[in-house]
Amino acid sequence: MSTAPLHTQFDGIAALRDAVAARQVSAVELAQSALDAIAGAGDLNAFLHTDAELTLAQARAADAAIAAGTAGPLTGVPIAHKDVFVTRQWRTTAASKMLANYTSPFDATVVERLAAAGAVSLGKLNCDEFAMGSGNENSAFGAVRNPWDRLAVPGGSSGGSAAAVAARLVPASTGTDTGGSVRQPAALCGVSGIKPTYGTVSRFGMVAFGSSLDQAGPIAASSRDLLEILDVVSGFDERDATSIESCNGVANAPGRVRTDFNRAQTAFDAKSSRPLEGLRIGVPKEYFGAGLTPEVAAAVEAALAVYESLGAVRVAISLPRTELAIPAYYVIAPAEASSNLSRYDGVRYGHRTATYTDLADMTSRSRAEGLGPEVQRRMLIGAYVLSHGYYDAYYLQAQRLRRMIVDDFRSAFEQCDVIMGPVTPGVAKNIGENRDDPTADWLADVYTLGVSLAGLPAMSVPCGFGVAAHAKRPVGLQIIGNYFDEGRLLAVADRYQQVTDWHRQRPGA
Amino acid sequence: MRWEIVIGLETHVQLSTDSKIFSGSSTRFGAAPNTQANLVDLALPGSLPVMNRGAVERAIRFGLAVNAHIAPRSIFARKNYFYPDLPKNYQISQYEIPVVQGGTVSFFVGEEERTINLTRAHLEEDAGKSMHDDFSLPNGASASGIDLNRAGTPLLEIVTEPEMRSAAEAVAYARKLHALVLWLGICDGNMQEGSFRIDANVSVRPEGQAEFGTRAEVKNVNSFRFLERAIQYEVRRQIELIEDGGTVVQETRLYDADRDETRSMRSKEDAHDYRYFPDPDLPPLIIGEDWIARVRAEMPELPDAQRARFETEYDLSAYDAAQITSDAAMSAYFETVARALPAGQAKLAANWIMGEVTASLNRDDLTVAAMPVQAPALAALINRIVDGTISNKIAREVFGAMWAGEAGGQPDAIIEARGLKQISDTGAIGAMIDEVLAANPAIVAEYRAGKQKAFNSLVGQIMKAARGKANPQQVNDLLKAKLDA
Repeated sequence: MSTAPLHTQFDGIAALRDAVAARQVSAVELAQSALDAIAGAGDLNAFLHTDAELTLAQARAADAAIAAGTAGPLTGVPIAHKDVFVTRQWRTTAASKMLANYTSPFDATVVERLAAAGAVSLGKLNCDEFAMGSGNENSAFGAVRNPWDRLAVPGGSSGGSAAAVAARLVPASTGTDTGGSVRQPAALCGVSGIKPTYGTVSRFGMVAFGSSLDQAGPIAASSRDLLEILDVVSGFDERDATSIESCNGVANAPGRVRTDFNRAQTAFDAKSSRPLEGLRIGVPKEYFGAGLTPEVAAAVEAALAVYESLGAVRVAISLPRTELAIPAYYVIAPAEASSNLSRYDGVRYGHRTATYTDLADMTSRSRAEGLGPEVQRRMLIGAYVLSHGYYDAYYLQAQRLRRMIVDDFRSAFEQCDVIMGPVTPGVAKNIGENRDDPTADWLADVYTLGVSLAGLPAMSVPCGFGVAAHAKRPVGLQIIGNYFDEGRLLAVADRYQQVTDWHRQRPGA
Repeated sequence: MRWEIVIGLETHVQLSTDSKIFSGSSTRFGAAPNTQANLVDLALPGSLPVMNRGAVERAIRFGLAVNAHIAPRSIFARKNYFYPDLPKNYQISQYEIPVVQGGTVSFFVGEEERTINLTRAHLEEDAGKSMHDDFSLPNGASASGIDLNRAGTPLLEIVTEPEMRSAAEAVAYARKLHALVLWLGICDGNMQEGSFRIDANVSVRPEGQAEFGTRAEVKNVNSFRFLERAIQYEVRRQIELIEDGGTVVQETRLYDADRDETRSMRSKEDAHDYRYFPDPDLPPLIIGEDWIARVRAEMPELPDAQRARFETEYDLSAYDAAQITSDAAMSAYFETVARALPAGQAKLAANWIMGEVTASLNRDDLTVAAMPVQAPALAALINRIVDGTISNKIAREVFGAMWAGEAGGQPDAIIEARGLKQISDTGAIGAMIDEVLAANPAIVAEYRAGKQKAFNSLVGQIMKAARGKANPQQVNDLLKAKLDA
């Protein structure tokens, strides 16, 4: 009987880090363990680029730092990055043929900060092409499989990030969430993920998709593990003009989230057996309407019952424009994306077509060859909704709708402290299912899009499984907070994870 | 048919910041290709724009100088189109809400003062440069070279209302605008290097018609002379076209200086749909009253204010004041000279500056800063005219010697060395007059017969006899007295 891989034998990232710091285990051993696990999990197709030498070099540097007494908050902790974070080491492809051979001359801020904290990178993770999709089937380099059920999608667009954590290949990964792309794959893979408040984590070095929506977020096995990563990467960055300097008067800097987390935990501890006494959980009626499958509803209801047992009180709320978030998002995000992706023209970098007659021909052929069907679809929609004669009816109207959705949440948060509900209407679908109906996937984003449009922080934590044929397909609980409330959110999620063990379950062999 | 010409100008002014508007790359002109283009300028995946406050300050300074409204909140917008010298394939500009709104620019066309209304001025980034000669692909096919050094340089695009009615007026406005941006220190004004680029929107309409005719946009004009010629050509072209029964097409035309004509570049009918939308990477530009106040406090006295002050304080004509205040260094020079002269003599200083000084600067291709005759020295020279030591005419000779550095450039030393002191002794002058009158009885008779020219002829002879050194006023007075006696 084989023992569990070395890097999975620790109860969370803090424990792992402490063990490395105490030299009970070396960074190199951990890195090798992760490399071996990754090599053995090729069928998941979670990783796009790995390089043992690069990883071990980082691990050796981590061990040297330990020996020199200069260890950081994450020294030796194995991580991996979604392939939309540019890295100087390893290629960055955004899972697209357009960037198949691209190597960035600079690192994303998120990558820089994790490296500075001592984390050891295992490479780059598969995702939907240019972060567009919710099943990781839109990757130019093959679909990712859900570690729980190989026939199922892992979710997307951060499918590789979620699968890698679910399969315990790495204890944490970075993802990006534009309309749900951290929360949804975390939910479908039975792991925890968080999208922080827009502006709290730098977008510098993140291949842009929907600029007013994109946020980086970690995926890990527990809320406490998410805290370890988020606290290091969040903070003001002058290289991103949308980066926020101050969060309700508190400097946006590493440490802010942990301080809020600790303050919330202390308050909860003070109430001993009913720690969440007084916490009002808003439950939007629109999140429990016709589209929600019974199996997901059941798991989410069970989770809410656990919260009530901890002392929280449910408050019925309404987010009236929940469904309208779908057209609003699918106008705004493609519009921004169509412009953001214009730079991929084969002139300065990326794929350039082999034969062409003139400049326009070169550009259009390069893009037609380099960009996949879902990306092209969104480029066309985006150009359309911004075009002369349609701008007011589509783009401007969508932005007005966005403002109303923001107002819906603002009103809701006057009646509650956090909002909870499902992440997705159903469990993971099968790979290859419904590929000829792209908008069906879009409709399934109904519970996550509004949060993105509003820029609010939100998490997904595992809260159960489907039933019957779906018994191995996880379900996630979404927890939504008010602006800058990620610290408290993580604490609220942690309380749930202290009394349940969904997050400790791992996929079978 | 009498035609009215309608002209509006759009001027792209490169702002004199050290770094680019959205990246930290240098804006220095003349570097080797693609050595001043960083990851933001190259639009690498994951790069983001960050606004340069210096560019905004310069826009504010401009807005204050033209009495425009500075928008407290303005928006950066993406102008989307594909071209290799535009790395993101969109230009960050401003569309619906620009930073500067309205404003006026006053200038002289000949002796007449005109005021033009500005529509707006907005911030945007410049594109790179495309070069279509000297490049080929490995297989021999012709290619173009792209230099991105210029990509991202801050521009202020200044748009006038279509209120100009002649090429001369357009050129006068352009010159005034050029002088203004130099004065304000926001642009180096180097048209050869592309720091100041003018596009002219030109149309014609029958005199009296309220509706505008269809306009054509003339680009690629990099000198005032070419601007005038280009507009003149375009006006002629449009009038001839209409008179021959054709219609003017809305299009962009390039001016060809070699052939002195404009040629169609692209029709605005298949013009790009730029799909403008607010740039989500840049928050709204907020300019509060305190920022404006700080910029205002640091501004130099504006040319128009200085012009008005010179008119009252130094009793200069509007025209003279405008001429002198068209250049900051020149007006400072003038003021130093004027203040060193007795009251009421500023006009003399103005004449000297607009005359001898300007002519000498132009002849030797010098700027005021490099001028060999410093303001105190010129003031000293002019004082010698005022106190009667030398005549204005002799003073020009002295000035020339000062310019050449003779006698250390000191006017008194030159006057002494060359023996140029004016003869003001009425006795000596009277004697010279008597001699000339005696030698020219016929001319005297002509004068007495009523021919005024004869008087001038006698003056000329007297000055010749005095080798130019007689005090002209005294000669005139004494001669008249003797003749009329």
